Amino acid sequence: MSRDFYKQSKKTKLDNRSKYLRKLVLECLFGGDRGHMGSAMSLIEILRVLYDKVLKFDPQNPLNSKRDRLILSKGHGCLALYAILSDKGFFKKKKLRTSSRFNSILGGHPEFDKVPGVEASTGALGHGSPIGLGIALGGKLEKKNFHTYVIVGDGEINEGSFWEASMIASKHKLSNYHIIIDYNKIQSYGKTQEVLPLEPLQKKLEAFGYKVNQVNGHDVEKLANYFKKLNKIKKPTALICHTIKGKGFAFAEQNPFWHHKNSFTTEEKIKLIESLSN
Amino acid sequence: MRKTCLDTVYELAKKNKKVLFIGSDLGPGVLDNFKKKIPDRFLMEGVAEQAIVGMAAGLAMQKFRPYVNTIATFITRRCFEQVVVDLCLHNLPVTLIGNGGGMVYAPLGPTHQAIEDISIMRTLPNMTIISPCDANEMRKLVLQTPKIKGPIYIRIARGGEKIITKKYKINIGKAIFLKKMTNYNFVTTGVTAQIALNAAKKIKDKFNIDVGVIHFSTVKPLDEVVLKKLISKSKKIITIEENITDGGFGSSILEFSSKLNSKIKKADIKNFGLPSSFSKKYGTQDELLKFYDLHDDFLCKKMYSLIK
Repeated sequence: MSRDFYKQSKKTKLDNRSKYLRKLVLECLFGGDRGHMGSAMSLIEILRVLYDKVLKFDPQNPLNSKRDRLILSKGHGCLALYAILSDKGFFKKKKLRTSSRFNSILGGHPEFDKVPGVEASTGALGHGSPIGLGIALGGKLEKKNFHTYVIVGDGEINEGSFWEASMIASKHKLSNYHIIIDYNKIQSYGKTQEVLPLEPLQKKLEAFGYKVNQVNGHDVEKLANYFKKLNKIKKPTALICHTIKGKGFAFAEQNPFWHHKNSFTTEEKIKLIESLSN
Repeated sequence: MRKTCLDTVYELAKKNKKVLFIGSDLGPGVLDNFKKKIPDRFLMEGVAEQAIVGMAAGLAMQKFRPYVNTIATFITRRCFEQVVVDLCLHNLPVTLIGNGGGMVYAPLGPTHQAIEDISIMRTLPNMTIISPCDANEMRKLVLQTPKIKGPIYIRIARGGEKIITKKYKINIGKAIFLKKMTNYNFVTTGVTAQIALNAAKKIKDKFNIDVGVIHFSTVKPLDEVVLKKLISKSKKIITIEENITDGGFGSSILEFSSKLNSKIKKADIKNFGLPSSFSKKYGTQDELLKFYDLHDDFLCKKMYSLIK
């Protein structure tokens, strides 16, 4: 099944909005001359669907108590989050070009007190799911209607804290707590299958108490359909999103050397821009 | 002291609907009344300190005031990154209550002996550290915790200590003069205040010399007004702590002293505490404190040798 999803996600064509959001990520990458390129590109469709169709939020009042909460626990994917937050008006798009610069609000990992719309400062892996768990539990205790979504990376869930939080969420039957796994199958050193195999991931997550689904993480329609049905589930949910690291850039796809880049040659910049032209 | 601390958290929870208790697989019967009367805000989770501290951060983001309790070594060592990132970086009002600060768990060995909790917690920006010397002080300080905006670490000692703070005004961040300041002073935190009082009495009885005992229930932030007075107006200071001297309470006083203008610095400061080593012995807390020279006879001798 995993292989089928991989094929589908590899084949999925990007529409104009997906390409546009990737262009915004390039603004950050070129502005700061660095960043986690591959990790951001695998996330674009997940974030796009959440912000376009699922989450309740108000860019003019980012701390509105009725908002849904989204924590990007894999904080190194933040360039994708910056792209969508700027697109939704949380801050001006021209800030993207300042990414990683001395006075920028946009660092290499997102910070709650600098970037409007960022719920928690992440970057150290395995922190977002316990924090999200606390937020969801707090919401449940106060009978609030918001939902809490936590996006984790596949390498990230090597961390024991993710599994600890999973057990606790399951114990408290937190139906307002949703895990989304960006399963691009490459972590820093190489393939997750070689560094620390996660499979059988669905069975593991189910054993920890989640209602689990799998989806092609670049298929915006399928993602939107999945999120529509979440309200009916009476336990914590986990969505395994099969994604392609560096999606949209053939030379960078599933290439660990594009997990993070410290600088870009002119040639690389041209190749990146050309990949997004129609 | 531990019972007083937890009972006071229950007292706070009865008054404030945002106060919440999280235990990490504590002993049976802990805060049974709390559990019975306010079950929603009594959480007993598993042996999962990392997730529990992160969860407490999330609850604090929802304006709850979580009090998290387990053994001191586990709440400081196991989840250190969660304490740093989730609590201190976000500056959230989560109170960590560490049972068995120092050598309380002497017979259980180095995994349970909290010898460096003060040192590691005091390096963290935004952290407040409270280390009371008796149950009276504990209760008064815990009652004030809702006033603190950021994370707090409370170090619990053995329990059953003699009440020595009854007549004092107790406030977070304020030192108290258990014995009037003189030219020679013991400066303490936690239960070492009790040892210092005994040592001061012995010096008085043996040599007819008055020695002050100034107690800091708050290790961070230090009461800098009192400290400045001590360093500029007295001659000899001995700091005492049931923690390794590396980076501990005494170190923080030396660090403060180093920032003062050398013209006003008068006092010679010596630090006493546990050595930087893991204990090779078991026994009782008193036996270990004696083994490491944290007892009144030794401190009496040391102070006298400085005065002579």
